[in-house]
Amino acid sequence: MTDFLAAVADGLGRGSVYALIALGFVIIYKSSKVISFAQPGFMIAGVVLVTYLVQVSWLGFWGAMLLGAALTALLALGIERAVIRPMIGRPIFAIAIITIGIDIIIRTVAHAYIGPLVRHVDDPWGRDLIQFGPIRMEQRHLAAVVTAAILVTLLFLFFRYTRMGLAMRAVAEDQEAALAQGVSVGAVFATSWALAGGLAAIAGTFAAAGVSVDNTFWPIALYALPVIILGGLDSLPGAVVAGLAIGVLRALADAYPDSLTWLGSNPSVIVPWLVMVLVLILRPYGLFGTREVERV
Amino acid sequence: MRSLLTRDPAARRPLLHTSYRSEMALLNTRAKRWTVAVILLLALSLPFLLRDTDLTMLTRGSAFAIGAIGLMLLTGYAGQISLGHAFFAGVGFYTAAVVSGDPAERALGFGVTEILVWLPAAGLVAAAVGALVAPLATRLRGLYLAIVTLGLVFVGEHIFEQWRSVTGGASSGRRPPAASLFGYRLDLDGPYFTRAQQLFWLMLVLLVIFAVAARNLARSNVGRAFTAIRDRDIAAGVIGVDLTRQKTVAFAVSSFYAGCAGALYYLTFLNVNPDQFNLLLSILFIVMVLIGGVGTISGAIAGAFLIALLPWATDWLAGVLPLVSTRPSDTWNDSVMEFVLYGLLIIGFLLFEPRGLVGIWNRIRNWWTTFPFSY
Repeated sequence: MTDFLAAVADGLGRGSVYALIALGFVIIYKSSKVISFAQPGFMIAGVVLVTYLVQVSWLGFWGAMLLGAALTALLALGIERAVIRPMIGRPIFAIAIITIGIDIIIRTVAHAYIGPLVRHVDDPWGRDLIQFGPIRMEQRHLAAVVTAAILVTLLFLFFRYTRMGLAMRAVAEDQEAALAQGVSVGAVFATSWALAGGLAAIAGTFAAAGVSVDNTFWPIALYALPVIILGGLDSLPGAVVAGLAIGVLRALADAYPDSLTWLGSNPSVIVPWLVMVLVLILRPYGLFGTREVERV
Repeated sequence: MRSLLTRDPAARRPLLHTSYRSEMALLNTRAKRWTVAVILLLALSLPFLLRDTDLTMLTRGSAFAIGAIGLMLLTGYAGQISLGHAFFAGVGFYTAAVVSGDPAERALGFGVTEILVWLPAAGLVAAAVGALVAPLATRLRGLYLAIVTLGLVFVGEHIFEQWRSVTGGASSGRRPPAASLFGYRLDLDGPYFTRAQQLFWLMLVLLVIFAVAARNLARSNVGRAFTAIRDRDIAAGVIGVDLTRQKTVAFAVSSFYAGCAGALYYLTFLNVNPDQFNLLLSILFIVMVLIGGVGTISGAIAGAFLIALLPWATDWLAGVLPLVSTRPSDTWNDSVMEFVLYGLLIIGFLLFEPRGLVGIWNRIRNWWTTFPFSY
């Protein structure tokens, strides 16, 4: 039982990272109906920025993370304005493929700055443990859960109580109607990309806490894809719940590999993708998503 | 001069078609016939003109082109976005490698090196796997399908890494298929020609066969059903296109091409690891289709060769740009430039020339046909 709870705690920590990245996917999807494959790029760009910024002594880990997130948000903002905005009105598929192109460029440049050695975000936790009764949890996972909770609360307040949040909800509901009511759809697109970029950077920083960053770090961000399918492409709560669920499932697969021997060694690599396929067969719009209505 | 003197109106006006048959012909104008003949002659004589290393890049381009044609049928004609092409290429490669592999080696092999046996086998096994995946695809549309097929690549990579008896495992890999045609080994230096030359001719002939077959499929009723599905799948269903069946056919045919391409591409390699069949390969196939020109077979071929020959461009850039070097230890080395170029090509073509290389070619052609007038 203790093992099980420890695995769950471990999974919640990993899951908060997936949830934050998935939130970025969902925010962009809600505003522009595009799945942005550039999220892994923004994540790795944010992480690499943080690894360089932490070397500035007066910033510290938190300052470096926030500044890194802000710079990544700026990068996302600029890319949206330069490359995505001219594509409005073109097929969704074309825009999605453009985001793959963006991802390749950002990722390659970020990897070039990682260089042949590994880099570290110099987080204050390392692999230290914290004891809750019988359960041991890694401190970095606890920090990830707490940070994700704070960010999700802030996002909720933002969407609920600010003018921009209202505008974003209006655009998600009906782009043309929102435009007719005087909402600046362009500003909404820009904000959604900036939010997605910033969230990806913070998520990446927590994913990198306690481990080292190298050229094989980025696929972590791709686990957000099963997450958004499980939660529903257009559901923010779905992204959070599904993110935690996928994180826990991966941690359980790591903790009990003996019950998954038919998946070969290291089954946690493909468990999320199998879950995704299952969800798509049973409930293609996800657990919390809205069923798509097709007009002919 | 015949076109000026003859009284036959069709001969004087090449774009005037007097029958459906002549309009749908593969090479429906004289200019096309000449161009294709010249390109083929030039291609056949290339092994005498180029060094073997450059020839190998073109050989790989031909294999890429076969795979890109397959993805073009699925994505460009039938409109089903697949990021799983690398997985099917892997299935084809391992089928070919198992059929032709040396039984004495550690990895499983049956020792049938005849290309006429293992190439169809590679294609058929990949097509069967494609048909297995298709039911999932027929339930999904657009970007959902893209995500599922992306997941397929990761599941496939995992399977390839685990199935050591077939793939050799993640660290060691296995050797590519051995190729012989009627008992003559093509992948070894022969008495008259080198290995690179023989493989180039083999790939060129196969590319022509695969391209003509795809073009014929595209202009048949199946091809028209594909385009109907691409343009509006619900409308296509209403006018009587069997969506499930046609999508399954599209997936199976596309996977057949991918399987053959996977088996052929790695002929030019010495050892193949399971991580070759990764997301990047899938993305490269998508890039070939997009920058070639969606909905044209010739576009797929042009795009494939552009991608395969990109290392030439990066070598050249490394010499021209002051900051870029060929030393792998530098931040801005040529392999970084190669990937940045992939990205820039995707973004540039989608932003400025969505019709791809074929679109550029068409504009040049139209400019010259109406020269000196602009319309």
